[in-house]
Amino acid sequence: MNLSKQINPLDRVTNAHRVNPAKPISFKFDGKTYVGCEGDTLASALLANDVTVVGRSFKLHRPRGLMSAGIEESNALIQLESGSGYDEPNARATLIPLYEGLNAKGQNSWPNVNRDVFSVLSLFHRMFPASFYYKSMMWPSWHFYEGLVRKMAGLGKLPELPDKQHYEKQNIHCDVLICGGGASGLAATLALAHTDKKVLLVDAQEEFGGSLLGENRSIGSQSGLEWVENTLSQLQAAPNVTMLSRTMISGYYDQNFLVGSQRVTNHLGRSNENKKIRERLLRIRAEHVVLATGAIERPLVFPNNDRPGIMLASGVQCYLNRYGVKAGQRAVVVCNNDNAYRVAFDMANAGVDVAALIDTRASVNGPFQSKIKEMGIPLYAGTMIRKVHGRRKVKAVSIAAHNGDGHLGKTIKTIECDLVAMSAGWTPTIHLYSQAGGQLSFNDELKCFVPNRCDQNISVIGAANGRFHLEECLTDGLHVVPKTLGTTVNPELNISACDEFAEEPSEAYWYTKNENSEKQWLDFQYDVKVSDIELANRENFLSIEHVKRFTTNGMSVDQGKTSNVNALAVMAELCGKKIEQVGTTKFRPPYHPVTIGAFAGRDIRENYSPRLEMPAHQWHVANGAHMEDMGGWQRPEYYLQSGEAEEDAIRREVLAVRHSVGMFDGSPLGKIEVKGPDAAAFLNRIYVNNVESLKTGFARYGLMCNENGVVMDDGVFVRLSDDHFLLHTTSSGASRISLWMEEWLQCEWPNLQVVICNATTQWANVTVSGPKARDVVALLASDIDFSRESFPHMQVRIGTVNGVDARVLRASFTGEISYEISVPARYGQGLWEAIYKAGEAYGITPYGIESLLVLRTEKGYLHIGVDTDGTTNPLDLGWGRAIAKKEVDFIGRRSLSRPNDTRDDRFQFVGIEVVNPSDSLPVGGHFVNSANPIIPVKTMGYVTSSYYSPNLDKCIGLGLVEGASARAGEETFVYSNGKTIAVKLVQPSHFDSKGERLNG
Amino acid sequence: MLRINCPFCGIRDEEEFDCGGEAHVTRPENPANLSDDEWSHYLFNKVNTKGILLERWRHTYGCRQWFNMARHTVSHEIIEIYPMGSFPSFNGMNVENVVKEVEA
Amino acid sequence: MDKFSLLQLAKHSLKGHKNWSPQWRSPEPKKTYDVVIVGGGGQGLATAYYLASKYGVKNVAVLEKGWIGGGNTGRNTTVVRSNYFYPESTNFFDHSLKLYENLSSELNYNVMLSQGGMTVLAHSRHDMEMLERWSNSLQLQGVDAEMLSCAEIEKQNPLLDISKNARFPIWGGYIQRRGGVARHDAVAWGYARAADSLGVDIIQNCEVTDIQISGNSVSGVSTNQGFIRADKVAFAVAGHTSVLAEMAGFSVPIVSQPLQAMVSEPIKPCLEGVVVSPLVHAYVSQSDRGEILIGGGADRYPSYGQRGNLPVLEETVTATLGLYPSFSRLKLMRQWAGIVDITPDSSPIIGKTSVTGLYISGGWGTGGFKAIPAGGDTLAYTIAHDQPHELIKPFSIDRFAKGSLIDEGAAAGVAH
Repeated sequence: MNLSKQINPLDRVTNAHRVNPAKPISFKFDGKTYVGCEGDTLASALLANDVTVVGRSFKLHRPRGLMSAGIEESNALIQLESGSGYDEPNARATLIPLYEGLNAKGQNSWPNVNRDVFSVLSLFHRMFPASFYYKSMMWPSWHFYEGLVRKMAGLGKLPELPDKQHYEKQNIHCDVLICGGGASGLAATLALAHTDKKVLLVDAQEEFGGSLLGENRSIGSQSGLEWVENTLSQLQAAPNVTMLSRTMISGYYDQNFLVGSQRVTNHLGRSNENKKIRERLLRIRAEHVVLATGAIERPLVFPNNDRPGIMLASGVQCYLNRYGVKAGQRAVVVCNNDNAYRVAFDMANAGVDVAALIDTRASVNGPFQSKIKEMGIPLYAGTMIRKVHGRRKVKAVSIAAHNGDGHLGKTIKTIECDLVAMSAGWTPTIHLYSQAGGQLSFNDELKCFVPNRCDQNISVIGAANGRFHLEECLTDGLHVVPKTLGTTVNPELNISACDEFAEEPSEAYWYTKNENSEKQWLDFQYDVKVSDIELANRENFLSIEHVKRFTTNGMSVDQGKTSNVNALAVMAELCGKKIEQVGTTKFRPPYHPVTIGAFAGRDIRENYSPRLEMPAHQWHVANGAHMEDMGGWQRPEYYLQSGEAEEDAIRREVLAVRHSVGMFDGSPLGKIEVKGPDAAAFLNRIYVNNVESLKTGFARYGLMCNENGVVMDDGVFVRLSDDHFLLHTTSSGASRISLWMEEWLQCEWPNLQVVICNATTQWANVTVSGPKARDVVALLASDIDFSRESFPHMQVRIGTVNGVDARVLRASFTGEISYEISVPARYGQGLWEAIYKAGEAYGITPYGIESLLVLRTEKGYLHIGVDTDGTTNPLDLGWGRAIAKKEVDFIGRRSLSRPNDTRDDRFQFVGIEVVNPSDSLPVGGHFVNSANPIIPVKTMGYVTSSYYSPNLDKCIGLGLVEGASARAGEETFVYSNGKTIAVKLVQPSHFDSKGERLNG
Repeated sequence: MLRINCPFCGIRDEEEFDCGGEAHVTRPENPANLSDDEWSHYLFNKVNTKGILLERWRHTYGCRQWFNMARHTVSHEIIEIYPMGSFPSFNGMNVENVVKEVEA
Repeated sequence: MDKFSLLQLAKHSLKGHKNWSPQWRSPEPKKTYDVVIVGGGGQGLATAYYLASKYGVKNVAVLEKGWIGGGNTGRNTTVVRSNYFYPESTNFFDHSLKLYENLSSELNYNVMLSQGGMTVLAHSRHDMEMLERWSNSLQLQGVDAEMLSCAEIEKQNPLLDISKNARFPIWGGYIQRRGGVARHDAVAWGYARAADSLGVDIIQNCEVTDIQISGNSVSGVSTNQGFIRADKVAFAVAGHTSVLAEMAGFSVPIVSQPLQAMVSEPIKPCLEGVVVSPLVHAYVSQSDRGEILIGGGADRYPSYGQRGNLPVLEETVTATLGLYPSFSRLKLMRQWAGIVDITPDSSPIIGKTSVTGLYISGGWGTGGFKAIPAGGDTLAYTIAHDQPHELIKPFSIDRFAKGSLIDEGAAAGVAH
């Protein structure tokens, strides 16, 4: 008998629900061109073209055909649009709507899935039982085998080109989220239409209808399909209902927060070049969630049940009815339940030769059986497939008597066929329920796990709740959901009688116990077989989590959608336990894999972290500034003039500040205003210093610790009036410090009358620094007297500069006379330009952060976070005496008297000079006691800052050194990357150590 | 994703908030009088209940105000949100003991 | 105990693998043990193994409330490395790495140690200086560390975005070539099998409900399988350390937080070793099965709920795409969380407690997996001698009162 069919891929069953053979679409698979039609998925089109081998299994490279028509597909994984920037590895052919020019490739095979040389592995399958790798490949070392094993592993390939498409996120709030737009979900939405509930209905498929799209059912006088269409048109008219197809809910998190991904333009394929969003991540907060997620059919487990041509009955039915594709010419149906009989009816009606209905149950005699007999389909009750003939495609099956508990007798008949439609019953899709924290219980009658108890606001209806019959689905949706939600049941929404017949109870058939267990597949993708579960059991891996990890069952990309329950059942049978005693593994998000790009949405590249620009940003850019990101701020490191190298620019800027005058944009400097009658008392607890003694108009350098005594931040604070302080912090510390102070205020000392405001970005700040600084600021139009006598160092003045409100502080991070002028941010660039103009006569030189760091290192001024680490306390910085003088407590003070904080061999702040002036001092180098340290050797501290000083013409640095306070003048060594240099420990201040220039 | 009802702003996602750890921890009046052990206990030993935990939270990306929360550390159920300086009022556990325990 | 080797595998394959014996027994608990270890994760099992193999204490029970290796041992991102900043940590973790390097052969169990290197990335001048400080510290302690230029980073990791236009461009980094990954299940199972063969009783589904203390000495534990006498009891319960400590009447400076991890669908090999960016807080590796494994930070509040959460996933994935833009079209396959017990300095608490005969191994934070061999070895020594092992003296619980914190996060800017 010749079963090869005349291939006309457009020759479809008449009345196919959802395809239009008049509109052909051409596509490629593994380099060959085929034709499908509008409405096809890649899978249905491949099936219509009689492409039998569509994939290879992960471990043994077994040839695999389509197994299903939906999300549970574990065989037809393909690489989509390889090498185009539109790639998608591991795409499920069943989920890809066909589009013109689609280019797909098989995976995990060479040269192609049809003829894969690695299929030779299947011959040695006995060398690869579960967890074989833990037992072998140890000699000479795992490394010896690893490269090869890694190459064999993996499925698709990483896209080589950057992603050419975009993603976005949407936040949604709704009263009711209904997951699943099949019969029960549509009915539930219908029941809630025109109520005061804001309803969101989502469905993962290309269109609504769920399994009705693939079945031939009747609901009252309508066909299932008509009911779907009528319902949809009613829902479209309901203002309170939003419907999203192509949207899969993948994650169910705490407090009814769910995540979905909407495939916005995936179905357009490459025709969507660069224009639109590809996928949208939905972040949904729902008051109530209705899971109408249906159920997934289970494969029967018997020898060689993975051969191409053996499919889930529901898949066969869907290809036939929805896409008009006959999955075979001569079929057998094998099942343990009545529902699968409908597939035989549909096939027979469509002209498929149904050669046999093989039912594992011996005594069944209900309406389904009668009908089968009426239709003339041979019914073999109490039998099961014992043997599958055909390697690359099923050719025939041998059947044998089934004794009722998984044992088979001798072959009684061999039936030729090119298609086996199998069904072992249904598993409710309760992944989301489990993610939500829901507990499951095993229903003995239905032979599946059903929802039991969940603390979240959730209800489960229809097949997802084990209510598989169409009438039950409609009842749940139309009546149960409104009752649960307290809305009125619409009396017009009757439950129409469906084409239901009394069903004979299904009977468990978990696997064939007296046939070769090494050939009975559970997890088709990762090649997990009954023998692997047996091995797990034999080696005492009894917990189901152990079984899963030992065998890898359910760990492949389908995450066990078709294999979990079968594996559990096999384990239960082997241990002689009930299935619920074996337990069930926890489902984790996502329900189905989600594109990684969607989780990032638009927050990539520049949007990953906003760049903060200073008010005079444009000026800096226009004037050669080399910008660098510092704690989010875009700051000039130095300003390059034509022909200059980095070192030249820094040298020029540093010398200008020392010898003439420079200007610096200090706008990001932290500025926190603290005001109120208790401001001074509050700050006295916050700062290591004494704050209360500071007079109005004066400034003081201060240090802050955390409660653990570690230095957190520093900066100059100013008393603007009796009850008003301005705190300067490091640029990166401003936000952190103001929140930290707020915490003390709100949580610990709510009685203090103080308010805090982080005003950092409200003020622009320009610092004029250098011996000629006073001359420059004197040229500005201001009511402030800048003279030496009336405005000394560490004082503040409030007035106007060029007609703008200004605060001017005399504090210095360069060691030169400095005026830090702050004006409202919007005048920042104006102030900058005015000062630049005023300074022209003195050759005023803008200087960047790198030059500032050279200047402050020359002065030995501390840079918090660079010269300190997370263990440095104020004592390490030489603040012991100042602290002793302060009489009251401050944050962190108690910690400073712990044994470890007072050790004299702690790492303390110190200045460093190189002994040989031609050496450079490596930052990050460690102090060691010898020029040739014998490793391992104890570190004596490290170099934290180091620069070439143009003023001193050598490398100078700062560091943290063990016991430094007693070691000034000592020579020691610095180690870095294999080399050692001689250095001398000195006072931190390398230049003008008396500070005479500050007020010169 | 926790959905937190800020007493000042209403329900917002957890991403807008920061958890400040155990609530009702009072800074010792005179730290200098404490032993190293007592000081260390105040600094580091936080209640780490598996069950209902009283903690303080800040609506950082909102009003920046602190408030207290009673939250279950397994189910993440938020049982009560109450102002700084007050104690929770919910039933079902001996609040006084919890507070005593956390203050001890 | 069956010998594991390629040859044995071949021999057994001829018999259809029907003759393998159980990897460990499922014994009933005895009334009395010399040592009871609470917690059947990597730490507990390793402790039992070293007690029996190295220190001659064989009358040992490991009590596991669920299934062995089911806590953080089976939920982490399987990174092993010893590149810590402080000598105290580096010495301890390098001892661990050295034990890992010989573990497959010692346990006769392939733990699939893959030393593809651990690369740490720098995204600024300051980062580079910090990494110099860090790698020099390692070199001085005799641990391998090598600074890498941007070009060398690219050679090692061709998929990384090293362009200057990246939001946080890569300046360079350093590599510990001995760093890498190992199979978490194999580590737990390998120790379990070896410990069992030396007579250790591994008792699963056995939950400890109370700790019996007489005077100031421990005398046993109450469990759902009855009271078990022991004069020495050790806690190795990861995220649940506080709960057990409370039963024993003391408190520990630990907060339990969920740590999120995730994997992509498997793809053909494209990544070598582990890459971590301290700035954006993401680390990435590829498993032998081909999954891209991505780890990130902990959730920002205490929890014992071992559930995935979205915000950290979004942050971590977004950070990862900044490093590896080509991962955008891969699909995320699974997300999970472990409960990590975090101390104030992110270093472990391991050693004796104030109760005689009660030992603790906790506060491992995110570093427990890489510490399994050394944690087991040193705790076993400590239990056997009732004296802390030299390597764990700095990690005693009294360091907090003294202020002797070992704060790796603070020193090198990278938490464990």
